[in-house]
Amino acid sequence: MTDITPNDARKASNNATTEAVKRSLARRNRKQLVLQGFGIGAIVIAFTVLFILVASLVRTGYTAFVQTHVTLDVYIDPAEISEEGLPRGGFRDVLTAAVLDNLPGADPEEDARGVRNILSNGAQFQLRDQIVEDPSLIGQTITLTVPLSDPFDQLNKGGVRRDTPEDQRRVDNQEMAWFDALDEAGIISTPFNIGLFTNADSRFPELAGLKGALVGSFWALLTCFLIAFPIGIGAAIYLEEFAPKNRLSDFIEVNINNLAAVPSVVFGLLALAVFIGWFGLPRSAPFVGGLTLALMTMPTIIIATRAALKAVPPSIREAALGVGASKHQVVFQHVLPLAMPGILTGTIIGLAQALGETAPLLLIGMNAFITSAPTSPFDAATALPTQIFIWADSPERGFTSRTSAAILVLLGFLVMMNGIAIYLRNKFERRW
Amino acid sequence: MSHLKLSTAVIAVAAVSATAAFAQGREEIRRVGSSTVFPYTQAVAERFANNTGFPSPIVESTGTGGGMQIFCGGIGEDFADITGASRSMKASEYAMCVENGVTDITEARIGSDGLSIAISRDNDFAWNVTLAEVYLALGAMVPVDGEWAENPYTTWDEINPDFPATEIEVLGPPPTSGTRDAFVELAMVEGCMELDYVEQNHDGDWAEENCARMRTDGPFIEAGENDNLIVQRLQANSDAMGIFGYSFLYENQDTLKAVDIAGVAPSPDTIADGSYPISRPLFFYIKNAHRGVIPGLNEFLEEYMSEDALAPGGYLEARGLVPLGDAARDQLRELVANSVTMDPIE
Repeated sequence: MTDITPNDARKASNNATTEAVKRSLARRNRKQLVLQGFGIGAIVIAFTVLFILVASLVRTGYTAFVQTHVTLDVYIDPAEISEEGLPRGGFRDVLTAAVLDNLPGADPEEDARGVRNILSNGAQFQLRDQIVEDPSLIGQTITLTVPLSDPFDQLNKGGVRRDTPEDQRRVDNQEMAWFDALDEAGIISTPFNIGLFTNADSRFPELAGLKGALVGSFWALLTCFLIAFPIGIGAAIYLEEFAPKNRLSDFIEVNINNLAAVPSVVFGLLALAVFIGWFGLPRSAPFVGGLTLALMTMPTIIIATRAALKAVPPSIREAALGVGASKHQVVFQHVLPLAMPGILTGTIIGLAQALGETAPLLLIGMNAFITSAPTSPFDAATALPTQIFIWADSPERGFTSRTSAAILVLLGFLVMMNGIAIYLRNKFERRW
Repeated sequence: MSHLKLSTAVIAVAAVSATAAFAQGREEIRRVGSSTVFPYTQAVAERFANNTGFPSPIVESTGTGGGMQIFCGGIGEDFADITGASRSMKASEYAMCVENGVTDITEARIGSDGLSIAISRDNDFAWNVTLAEVYLALGAMVPVDGEWAENPYTTWDEINPDFPATEIEVLGPPPTSGTRDAFVELAMVEGCMELDYVEQNHDGDWAEENCARMRTDGPFIEAGENDNLIVQRLQANSDAMGIFGYSFLYENQDTLKAVDIAGVAPSPDTIADGSYPISRPLFFYIKNAHRGVIPGLNEFLEEYMSEDALAPGGYLEARGLVPLGDAARDQLRELVANSVTMDPIE
């Protein structure tokens, strides 16, 4: 019986297959392992780079979140400040006298000029505003906490190193001794730097804050949202639900996708020519910034909205049509509410992108130096990224750490906005 | 549906209020122009706003050329009142101004500014170079054995045997920067004219035409407009030199030192008296048609012209401006107070 039965043949071929599989198994496992290795490697590299970025920002930026202050008992000398003379008066001299009270070694005549520079230039205006508000303070002694000027702030934070030779140091030995005397008197404090969020820009690092930029960014994003959101959704609904599928709608779709990839600086140039040059809108205004950002955000919103509308199952539309709803009712009462979480997510991500956008804002002049925050979208202002741009270009030491701090604030807002997008998606997402 | 209606309504309201807003007229002073003059105007603007209670001026840094474009665009609220310049106005720019009806301009020279070449304090050599040596290190074309040829030098000791044998590595601003223009004009072209070869064979016009190009084969590195970045790179690499405004050297003197030019170190004194060769005058231009129309403009100029600002020991000097002499300051004050129209530039 040498005949091979069909059964045996199957067995043999099965064996051969098993052998072949076994032989290739090691190779395939190895390939899988390599793929996994590359994947983990890629993630590790991505996280390392992110970590280095954030760590270096935190390292240079954390000092800007605190600010060196001195608490003084200030005698409001009627000889220097009179009620009739307000808002002018010898505020600076009054403050200098208060500092000199704490420096027994300093000569009130000779050292006045040097001692004056310990305090920030903003201290006198802080005192002035307080007295203008309540002139009855004249003649009294009030306790006032004011910021120190940048070199002394840096000395306190370690930005100016004590071991550098005197002629290479921004703070000389005498000034350092004064600072130490104040420190020993226990009146130097380093509280959280509220001014970073409540002050507008200043040329003095110790006074410079992000208020103007935050308000400017807020107005710009609001304008951007109010324009891009309705128009973007309207365009998407028409294209997705009502437009006939023909060459024209294909052409429009290709163009919208291309528009989403146009470099932002091009939108800036467009805005400069059209909004400012042609419409005569004011330069540097957040409203114009918002219009520009809206042009950039619109394609993103259209694409996200169309994807969200597409994800709503056809059965919903068919069921609604089946019970006699009109096309209009189907879209606005059934499809759009279901697509809303996706649309909102896309919008928030689009707005987060707009928040970090710099190039178009530079072109429309939103990088101006303004020492007050805007009160309307038509007042000149900066935005967060352009404020970072201005500070990065300033020579004073204090601005180096403030630049990093401003970047951290911007990153904070971006993380927050993306967090909201993720939350909305998780909360309202429906699976079919 | 209702939110769509709402948004449309909001846009309509916004558009209407926008039109209303421009109709109201501008309340703030607008200043554009040079990034070099920017910190000084910035200081004056902040003090002016704090002291007078007028709205904060809008101080924008657009570069000298960009500033002239906006300034000379015309008369009216849409156009800037003042432009800063790190060089005097060019004939073409004046022509543009005249074409747009801006004829009554006052030119104010407020002081000078020094450009410094700096190196890390970790570098031990006491650097002292002549402008000719600067040119030989950075020019695109240099004389080699009596021929005008591509720059062959890669280390400093090839230029002067007294220098260390380190690679030439100089970080500087890009061509779009006013600092670069000034450096080319004041250091490169001047240095080129000091060379024996150029002196014997050519004249100043030739030098201006042929010596303005920086080399692009590596030793000169365009480090972007951000001077702080250059400072950081110098701190990291002790053999590299950097070119930037004197105020950046002043703020970073604990880590950087100056490279002396022909034996002179940059300081407010040497820049003011001109013995430090790489210094330039700074200007701003005032549109006189706007005076008395834009609220606060005259008061702003008064603050700018005050002794507190301009005099030696004033707050602009503390920012790095090299002040004018007493007589020149009085003359300037006179000029600005009486809105003296500048002579046409041909």
